[in-house]
Amino acid sequence: MQINVNNKPLTTNATSLAQLAAELALPEKGVAVAIGNKMVPRSLWDETALSEDMHITIIKAACGG
Amino acid sequence: MKELLSSEMANSMTREQMHRYNRHIILDGFGREGQERLLQSRVLLVGVGGLGSPAALYLAAAGVGTLGIVDGDNVGLTNLQRQVLHTTPDIGRPKVDSAAEYIPRLNPDVKVEKHAFFLSEDNAMQLVEGYDFIIDGSDNFSTKYLVNDACVMLGKACSIGGISRYSGQLMTHVPSSACYRCLFPEPPAMNDVETCARVGVLGSIAGMLGTMQATECIKYLAKVGTLLTDTLLTFDALTMEWNRLHFPQNEDCPLCGKKPTITELKEYAFQPCSKKKE
Ligand SMILES: [Zn+2]
Repeated sequence: MQINVNNKPLTTNATSLAQLAAELALPEKGVAVAIGNKMVPRSLWDETALSEDMHITIIKAACGG
Repeated sequence: MKELLSSEMANSMTREQMHRYNRHIILDGFGREGQERLLQSRVLLVGVGGLGSPAALYLAAAGVGTLGIVDGDNVGLTNLQRQVLHTTPDIGRPKVDSAAEYIPRLNPDVKVEKHAFFLSEDNAMQLVEGYDFIIDGSDNFSTKYLVNDACVMLGKACSIGGISRYSGQLMTHVPSSACYRCLFPEPPAMNDVETCARVGVLGSIAGMLGTMQATECIKYLAKVGTLLTDTLLTFDALTMEWNRLHFPQNEDCPLCGKKPTITELKEYAFQPCSKKKE
């Protein structure tokens, strides 16, 4: 299906947030994911289903100062 | 009653202060009361680098009564591209010294407390305890987590900011709101960490994010508006897009969740961003 990740279209075979994270090889730590403008805690990634045109934001913790 | 009266008088502003802070005092919702709160407040700046420099300048100008500055670093040439509190002749000097020199010239009302060392698990609780609001402007995860953990443990309010490449992010924590670990339970693995020294950072966004941290701090102290609690605000300079992402307190948070595993302050065994950088 076609989804939107960080404002760019993406075609994915993933059906859940956990599968998407695996597909994108997201690191285990220091990354947060939001659907729309709501963060989804990692413990819910498995059960969070993706749907067509979903807007997903992937945020990396930034350490610079 | 008499005591109350005299303490009120001790807190009241001089004619010169009424003038200096006039543009605050006439602000709707801020007033003389808000300004007096600022003058009586103590703020700790953790790091006076890219984020801490602009934050320090605006907090000092605003008349925050006491600014504590904890930074063990010296000014380096590569700092000057964004760390606007320090100047070229300051190269090689402790950052707390150039800060402590500049701030009283900007505003003699502000008392500067210098702590010329890095925040660590041994000193963080004691330092944080003595201040009303903490601004994390550090350049490494070790310190950001120390600030977060100490603030949660002590019930202190703080702003945690981070910048990298062309983007930045910040959040505010107050007692019982979500903490940095609710969002990022643990720091990234060392190989995934992108320090400014490695990937670069656009200098001016340090100014944007640092002044937003100062703004949150001033709002908290003066009791105006709503804060970036339970919210991560992100900014991308390439597209000029701001994004507010909401995250409630996470019940799985290792620090403030239902079954906390972190009960005492502990620095990371490894230092993802080296403390002695650049
Ligand atoms: Zn938490």
